[in-house]
Amino acid sequence: MDNSNYAQVSKRKAIVGVNLLRLITFITAVPVIGVIVYIIVRGAPALSWEFLTAMPRDGMRAGGIMPAIVGTFYLAIGTAIFSVPLGVAAGIYIAEYASDNRLTRLVRIAIINLAGIPSVVYGLFGLGLFVLFLNFGTSILAASLTLSIMTLPVIISTTEEALRQVPNSFRVVSTSLGGTRWQTVKNITLPQAMPGVVTGIILGLERAVGETAPIMFTGASFFLPMLPQSPMDATMALPYHIFVISTSVPGMPVQIQYGTVLVLLVFVLGMNVIATVIRNRARARRQW
Amino acid sequence: MEMVKGERWITWIIRISGYSSILFVSLILIFLAREGLPALGKVPLGDLFGTRWYPIESYFGIWPLIYGSVLVTVGALLIGIPFGIGTAVYLSELAPAWIKNILKPVIEILAGLPSVVLGFLGIQLVAPSFREFLNLPTGLTAFTGAVLLGFIAIPTIVSISEDALNTVPAMYRQGAMALGANHWQTIWGVTVPAARSGLLTAVMLGVGRAIGETMAVMMVTGNAPVLPSSWNALFLPARTMTATIASEMGEVATGSDHYHVLFFIGIVLFLISLAVNLTASSLALRSKKRAERLLS
Repeated sequence: MDNSNYAQVSKRKAIVGVNLLRLITFITAVPVIGVIVYIIVRGAPALSWEFLTAMPRDGMRAGGIMPAIVGTFYLAIGTAIFSVPLGVAAGIYIAEYASDNRLTRLVRIAIINLAGIPSVVYGLFGLGLFVLFLNFGTSILAASLTLSIMTLPVIISTTEEALRQVPNSFRVVSTSLGGTRWQTVKNITLPQAMPGVVTGIILGLERAVGETAPIMFTGASFFLPMLPQSPMDATMALPYHIFVISTSVPGMPVQIQYGTVLVLLVFVLGMNVIATVIRNRARARRQW
Repeated sequence: MEMVKGERWITWIIRISGYSSILFVSLILIFLAREGLPALGKVPLGDLFGTRWYPIESYFGIWPLIYGSVLVTVGALLIGIPFGIGTAVYLSELAPAWIKNILKPVIEILAGLPSVVLGFLGIQLVAPSFREFLNLPTGLTAFTGAVLLGFIAIPTIVSISEDALNTVPAMYRQGAMALGANHWQTIWGVTVPAARSGLLTAVMLGVGRAIGETMAVMMVTGNAPVLPSSWNALFLPARTMTATIASEMGEVATGSDHYHVLFFIGIVLFLISLAVNLTASSLALRSKKRAERLLS
């Protein structure tokens, strides 16, 4: 084989290869766009004021999904109450306080492991600790605490990363003006990192809002005739409701199923869009 | 003086928050052990690792469940690895900026889809079409679960692979090009090998994501905790460890043998995720050190 032939063969190989990668990417991306569009098309006709604000009727086969929407709100708020202060403080510790020693490495390993634990194992843990041992029962409180611990690693890592992106000269200047470490964090680095921190919080809560397995045995309920009255009550929630109506309710109208899925998607993807907008605007405005 | 005192308090709060992750991992381990280890006393070890899972008649053999998890995870990786890494290579090495701007949000959307939504789509769309195309008695099979899991693992694999490819210094590519290599030869001969430990990390975390996935798998795999009797097990119903916990925990009496065994499965899952994540993070650390050495 002479040289020009070799060059031709490898050129042909390159063309085939590049197109193969294009095809692979196409096959990955198109179904995602396809199912989003499909859910919107199938689910939109179910949406109505009644669907969003009424109690379910007729064994959940008619009426609305209001208690599931309200329950998901409660769980999101409960999760935020516990996980945001703790997660942001932990991120500050790792980025601004911790020195590089064995304990810090242990903290890092713990965070990596928290991030990797399967969601159903969080459910077991929540059942063992919050529902049974601490006797909270299946309640919004127990479910929120379970979701909080699951959300923690996301908030910690994004807070840490956002703080690390603040240039070191900011800290040096603050310290040289007599600022203590906390004053530097409070007045300089944390405000500078705030868009990144908020993005991380939203992405963490987005994950919590969509989870089913951690709340199945800690706080979610199949059907409740009224809204929860206190954090010690169980609640309906959108993800668990989707699971129930798509697997355990015979004769469930498909339109209501798609409608419920669409409502959850609007929540989740809406949070995703908000997070992206905050991140992009901050990036555009940043002066360093 | 007053200010320093206040600062000391805040420093302690921040420090304790920082350590809290260690506390939570320990608590998780303690409570899984507290509820799961009694299973060892109540069910003989031989039975626990037996081949039959039929809790109503006190058969608590967890092999069929481990097998189900492995089967579905391997199937997911057969899809997730080529598509995940292929997409990452395309995005990082070949795609023009405008395509990146469309595709990256699409991958993020896939990452953000709740698994119950994917399970729902599995029941409504994927399972019926597989049943038709593959001419199966039911579409709720290990294969359907594997396909969904592949898509669930893809965003993890893509984002970590892409990071790994992006950290390969530009001069590697320039060197290869200068020697006359074309795009394709540069990618497979230089860039991908240089990023291999990062790609391996991506695959490991994909494994972790797949083996721990619960809702989607539970909804589409047909819930049959059996060991394979023939070669086409992938196209038959199966049942993973995660799905078993999720579907049976709601119905067991607290403190029963069945209850303790379900927690014991939780311990197994915890240990698997621990092993997977420690391996992945040590791989990532090693590749970082290597990159630093090469660049210095």
